[in-house]
Formats: sequence, structure tokens, C-alpha cells
Amino acid sequence: MAAVTPLLTTSKLSRNFGGLRAVQDVDFSLLPGEIRAVIGPNGAGKTTFVSLICGRIPPSSGRILFDGADITSLPAHRRVRMGIAYTFQITSIFANLSAYDNVALPVQRTLADGRSRRTVHASVMEALDRTGLAGRAHTLAGSLSYGHQRLLEVAMGLALKPRLLILDEPTQGLADSEIENFIGLVRDIAKDGTVLLIEHNMPVVMELAGRITVMNAGRVLAEGSPEEVRADARVQEAYLGVAAHV
Amino acid sequence: MKGEASALKAYGLHVAVIGLLFALSFVLPPYHHGLVARIMVLATFAMGYNLLFGYVGLLSLGHAMFFAAGLYGAGLSVYHLGWSVPLAFAGGIGCGAVLALVIGLLALRTSGVAFMIVTMMFAQVFYLTILYFARWTGGDQGLVVPQGSRVMYLGGASFDLTNPAVRYRVALALFAIVLAVVLVLVRSGFGRVLVAIRENEERTKMLGFDTFANKLAAVIVSGTICAAAGAAYALLFGYVGSSFASVQYSILPLLWVLLGGAATALGPLVGTLAMYYVTDIASSYTSAWLLIVGVMLIVGVLFFPKGVLGTIRQRWLRWLP
Repeated sequence: MAAVTPLLTTSKLSRNFGGLRAVQDVDFSLLPGEIRAVIGPNGAGKTTFVSLICGRIPPSSGRILFDGADITSLPAHRRVRMGIAYTFQITSIFANLSAYDNVALPVQRTLADGRSRRTVHASVMEALDRTGLAGRAHTLAGSLSYGHQRLLEVAMGLALKPRLLILDEPTQGLADSEIENFIGLVRDIAKDGTVLLIEHNMPVVMELAGRITVMNAGRVLAEGSPEEVRADARVQEAYLGVAAHV
Repeated sequence: MKGEASALKAYGLHVAVIGLLFALSFVLPPYHHGLVARIMVLATFAMGYNLLFGYVGLLSLGHAMFFAAGLYGAGLSVYHLGWSVPLAFAGGIGCGAVLALVIGLLALRTSGVAFMIVTMMFAQVFYLTILYFARWTGGDQGLVVPQGSRVMYLGGASFDLTNPAVRYRVALALFAIVLAVVLVLVRSGFGRVLVAIRENEERTKMLGFDTFANKLAAVIVSGTICAAAGAAYALLFGYVGSSFASVQYSILPLLWVLLGGAATALGPLVGTLAMYYVTDIASSYTSAWLLIVGVMLIVGVLFFPKGVLGTIRQRWLRWLP
């Protein structure tokens, strides 16, 4: 374990909104190839935390290292170019463009050279295929069903060929059958990438995550394998409000 | 491929429009001949405006300054420095490009309503500067570019820009070139990014695009096109006046584009043509022509909320660029 350098490290990462300490002194590290879930009650700071990592929000203090480089002050688009992709918690797609064009945008950006129509087409269809949307390539994104819009969001993330894919509550609003496929998809992505997942659906977390980080009130409360986290008294307290330690 | 067939249709349509405008130059009576030449130059101005407003979704209320930068850049260099026509034209375009770079760097720190206000304020500063330096600019009287200096010498041949036929063809050439540039631009990867910024800027940023740089590029291209129209106006029609820098000329391209159809390649031409002719016809019957123009705009907004071509594209011709 010690020999592997982490893909992502944060040290003393904090973000305040006025008096509210949304994220406080978070030390976190993520190994390449991992599927890591971040869980915690509403308002624990999960989305703020991943937003700091992908650069949507600048931190108040602390440092972020990605693949050994300090990215703390890099703008979001530069981080995306380094291989950090973020899929939004609230579906954020180009509703007036076709599903195909939605995915063509990230593809176009990753293909710095060889922007031929054919390479773009192949990469777009590959991303749509992996998310099961190939048959809907020419549907306007805004008229896709909600579940398909979530998948399109993931397809856009995939098309960036990221080294770290951050999924913010991807299964929210998906039907059970869609969740099945989704679990398979994330496993597939993790074969050659690293996944950081914020998720409320516990069965999904337990099935997918190698390790789990629990956040509460802006801090990391616990971290470990699914079994360890499940057995942790402090986690139970945070979730259930039970005074486990007397 | 489906995409290629529609691209062919789109290019075909635009070539046909250019051909039609060329054919019109032989049949139009003198008055309309002059009017259409003017409309083509102003439609070029509107195309520049449309690039930023229609495709990037940035509503500027200060584009008169880019038009005026070209107008004065070309006009003053002929008037005071005695530059030749091609040189003055290039000078006007250069003025517009530099101004657009500076304004873009400053104004793009804002968005939405603040962007509208900031661009409007800069345009007012530009307008007042023109009035302040009346000794060189002619102030609110403007300047008339002398006829003798409006002859273009190009490789042995000479083109007298005061001749209506030459003027019409030069205006058409400008219009056609800019139309082609806009068409290629909006169908390129850059154009796709611009539309993405309009639709969802946050998302575009998170796909790894530098949205500020892309918007700045769009402001520069837009400002440069508007300046080209302004420079052409000064050289073709021989008048350089401060009214072209006033707020009215910032609003007009917005109205032309809205009427014709924002984010359509030919919308600016349709809008400018319609506004000009309705104004022209209405004012020959009544002094209350502004009322008629106003009613037309209201009806347009009610029944064609996406403009004439925008609505046609939505209902019938999906391939229209």
C-alpha cells in the first residue's frame, strides 16, 4: 500500500460561507483505481468538498494535490484538462442540444489533434454506448427521461476520459432497474479510472465502494471499508442521532 | 450522412441569397439600389452583433462603439491622414479589434444585466469622447469624406466608391464574405462551444473549456465584424457622424437581430431589410411611422418570439443554420 502514490490528496482543506464552516480541515487521500464513496447526512459538506476538488469553488484554506501537482489555485477548466471530471448533482446538460451534441462537446475538447468528423463520431458513440444511450443519440437532451438525463451526464463525464470521475449522487431519481445497470457501469469505469462517489443510496454504496469516507458537519468523521464504517458507533450516531457513546 | 445533406442545403441557400442580391443590382431602381446597399452594410453590422448575442447569449447594449470605431477609424484616417481606401479600411477594422479586446477584457468580468450596463456605459464614454474631440471628429456635425479620396486603386484598376453600382457590389462583397465567415465559424468546434456557453456556461466550464477565453474571442470577432461594417459605411457613403455612436445604434442591431431571428445566419439580413422597408414605406404615408414600427415589433414578439427565421427553423426547416 505504502508504495502506491495517491492520485488525489487534500490537506487541511477548508471552506467557509460567511460564518458557516461547510468544510473544515479535511485531510483526504485517494488511491488510483479506487472506488471511494463519500457519505454523510444532508448538509455534511459532501458536495462542497467535491466542488473544492474539481475547482467549482475556491477553498478558504488548505491544499489540493492531484497526481503530485498542487492544483489548489488552478481554475476548474484546467483541472478538467488534467483529468478531473465532475458530474453534477442537479442534472446539468445542454437541454436544447441533442444527446449526441452534448457528448460531442467534451469529445471535441479531448481530441486536441485529429479533430476529424470520424474520430469525434466514434468517441461520441462509444460513450453513448457504454451508458446505453446509443439509440437516443439524436433525441434532444431536454426531452430524455430523467433517468436518461442522469446517464447522459455520466456519458459526458466519460467522454472526457477522466483519470478521476466525481459522481455527485448519480442514482438519485433512477429506477431500480436503472440502478442495476449503473452499478455495472461504475465498475466498468473503475477498471481504468478512479471514481469518487457521493451517494445516499446505501445498498449502492455498500456494493460499489472499496472504501467509504463519512463526513459530518464539514469534517471527516470516519473512514474505512464498508464493514468497518457500518460498525462504527460514531457513524450510527451521526445518521440516527442515537447517543451510542454514554 | 444526414448532417452532410443539410450542410449542402444550408450552403446552397446562402449562395442563392447572395446570387439574388447580385441579380437585384441590375433591376432595382436607383433609390432602392442605394437603400439595399446601405442595408447590406448594416446587416453586416447586425451579423457581428448576432454572433455575440445570438450564439453566445451575451446581450451587449454598446455595439455602436464597435461600428463607430470602424467608421471613425477609416473616415478620420482618410480625412486627416489621406490614407488610401484599402489602408483606411484595414485601419478601421484594426481600431475595432483593439477596442473589442480592451472592452472584452473589462466587460466580461460581468454577466447578465451588469454586462448590458457596462457595455452601454463604455459606448457612452466612446460617444462623448467623439463629441469632446470635435476639432478632429467634427463633433455632432460629423465629417463628410471628400469624394476624391473615396476611389480605391487595386492592382492597376480603380474603383470609384461614389459610383452606385460599384458601391452596391462592394457592399455585397463585404456582406458575402462576412456571411461566409460567420457560417463557417458557427458550424465549427468553436461555434459549438459558443452555443454551449449560451446554454449552460457552468457545464461548459466543467467540460474543460476556458469559457472566458472563448467569450473574449467571440467579443473580438463580433467587434471586428461590426468595425468592418462601420469602416465600409464611412468609405461607401462618405459620412462619418456621431449619431452612429449613439445609443440608438446599439439598440438597432439588437432589434434587427431579434426581428430576423437570433442565432440564425440570415436573420440579421431579414431583420434589417424588414425594419428598413417598413420604416421607409410607413414614413411615406404618415409622420407616426415610429408607431407602425413599434406595432410591428410587438406583433413580431407575440407571434414570432424567435424572430422570422428562428420560427421558420423551429417549425419547418430544422437544417437552417
